[in-house]
Amino acid sequence: MSERILMKGNEAVGEAAVRAGCRLYFGYPITPASEIAEYMAYRLPQVGGIFIQAESELAASNMVYGAAAAGKYAMTASSSPGISLMQEALSYMAGAEVPSLFVDAVRGGPGLGDIQAAQSDYFQLTKGGGHGDYHLIVFAPYTIQEVINIMPIAFETAFKYRNPVVVAIDGLIGQMMEAVEFPYFVNPDEIALPDWALSGKFRHGNKKNVNTSLELDPEKLEVINWRLQAKYHEIEEKESRYDYVGVDNPETLVVAYGTVARVTMSALKKMLGEGKSIGLFRPITIWPFPGKALAQKAANAKRIVTLEMSAGQMIEDVKLSVFDPNKEYEFHGHPGGTTFTPSEIEQILRG
Amino acid sequence: MKIIYERPKTLEKVVNHYCPGCHHGILHALIAEVLDEMNMADKTVGVAPVGCAVLAYNYLDIDWIEAPHGRAVAVATGIKLAHPDILVFTYQGDGDAASIGLAETLYGAIRGINVTTFMYNNAIYGMTGGQMAPTTLLGMKTTTSPYGRDPRREGYPVKMAETIALQDGAAFSVRSALFNPKAITETKNHIRHAFELQMNGEGFTFLEVVGTCPTNWGMTPVEASEFAKNEMVKTFPLGIKKDVKRSEAR
Repeated sequence: MSERILMKGNEAVGEAAVRAGCRLYFGYPITPASEIAEYMAYRLPQVGGIFIQAESELAASNMVYGAAAAGKYAMTASSSPGISLMQEALSYMAGAEVPSLFVDAVRGGPGLGDIQAAQSDYFQLTKGGGHGDYHLIVFAPYTIQEVINIMPIAFETAFKYRNPVVVAIDGLIGQMMEAVEFPYFVNPDEIALPDWALSGKFRHGNKKNVNTSLELDPEKLEVINWRLQAKYHEIEEKESRYDYVGVDNPETLVVAYGTVARVTMSALKKMLGEGKSIGLFRPITIWPFPGKALAQKAANAKRIVTLEMSAGQMIEDVKLSVFDPNKEYEFHGHPGGTTFTPSEIEQILRG
Repeated sequence: MKIIYERPKTLEKVVNHYCPGCHHGILHALIAEVLDEMNMADKTVGVAPVGCAVLAYNYLDIDWIEAPHGRAVAVATGIKLAHPDILVFTYQGDGDAASIGLAETLYGAIRGINVTTFMYNNAIYGMTGGQMAPTTLLGMKTTTSPYGRDPRREGYPVKMAETIALQDGAAFSVRSALFNPKAITETKNHIRHAFELQMNGEGFTFLEVVGTCPTNWGMTPVEASEFAKNEMVKTFPLGIKKDVKRSEAR
């Protein structure tokens, strides 16, 4: 039995990770993600875990790389400029197939940008971000409770596919407080150490494990990359998640994720109450992008409205998935760290 | 017949990619010997760098990871904290450990993490074809200091063993070499000492090992060894710079 408690989003991220079985956290302060590190510095010693404040995001992400290659649930959290510095480790981990968890509390960019909530890391998170042909698995929860529900799934998915996973939130989800519950507590001792873990040969049949993203023979590297692509394809088939609220076959289909989807809900419910033919398609994973499901929902829609706290990034995936030039595509965005208001969205949707 | 010397069991029976006269092979063999003597090969993880030793994982029969350029100590920190009962070492070059990875290496000592770092100092970037390293000697010509390293333009060679020794979290910092049997024996003793300190939880242990690069120095193997012995040590004096077990060291 879990009880409902009032908790701040960033602290809930930390508590959820602890309860999912994570005992190794490597962080570096950055607004608006710092409370995650602060919470872990306080919480992990209570459960026999380790918190390290690294000297940089480069070091933090590479400490995660080492701990995760050693077979443990390990994580870090940062915000956009810090996540940019972590692209090196993410690319290596994707290449070397090391599962880990990164939280990005997305803020306005480019450059130092500002410290307000944004969704302008969509391209960086979903298209690879670092060098090479790879994908991260990216969850984009829209409430604190959904952050909590996703955390164990995020770690399990990372280990199932041996791939880094990102939980993308934003400053709003991180800073707000909500009544939440934690319906799980995983004992880390019950998480089996994978046979590929770097843990000393004695732990895995005295056979040497080597973890590398290097393959100097171009023909062999091509084989490896096609194998990775097959894995990504399997992830697209099996792990795409979305939510849909609205009428079947709506005339107006709204596509939004995270905070924007949440702000959209009130206008949407009002208009549904008036009998309007409308629906909200909310990707829960932004990679894999739930494109097939979106195309089905969009089949009869005349107007497809994409709303993002960016200058328009996800809309490219929306168009690619729907793949119909005869539909009317509309984009509305807030690229500077400001947020949609419910009345603004209502006005947009009423056209 | 009694066997008095044999190939270390932990040294893989493969042909290595190092150039003739390069000292990397000697250092690999010494680490293998020490791991055999300590019976630790099955409880060790090595962290390979980017640089000439990028393929080090092919040469020792232990668990290995190949780290991003310069990040070896950060990666090693993660591994050690995940499995504190195992021996973790990084094997890096001077460019990896003292240029792009300076922060990570120095923080190994500042944090006092229980890992051992080997920094092979041959004053040059070998893998990429002979560019200037942070350790390149003054006046030395490289492909990116074609007029000779001028401190007014290219700064001074970095003294890593001394820098590490200044940090309170460092348990052991030494600069040794491989240019003759005496130096090799001393280096082997230092390796064993560092590994023992690590397993006793004493803190960060650091071995700067002066080596050669005959290919990029444009020398024969013998000339390169002589250059290491006679010239390199003038800028990089050998010796123990810090040892928590020996107070007289400085």
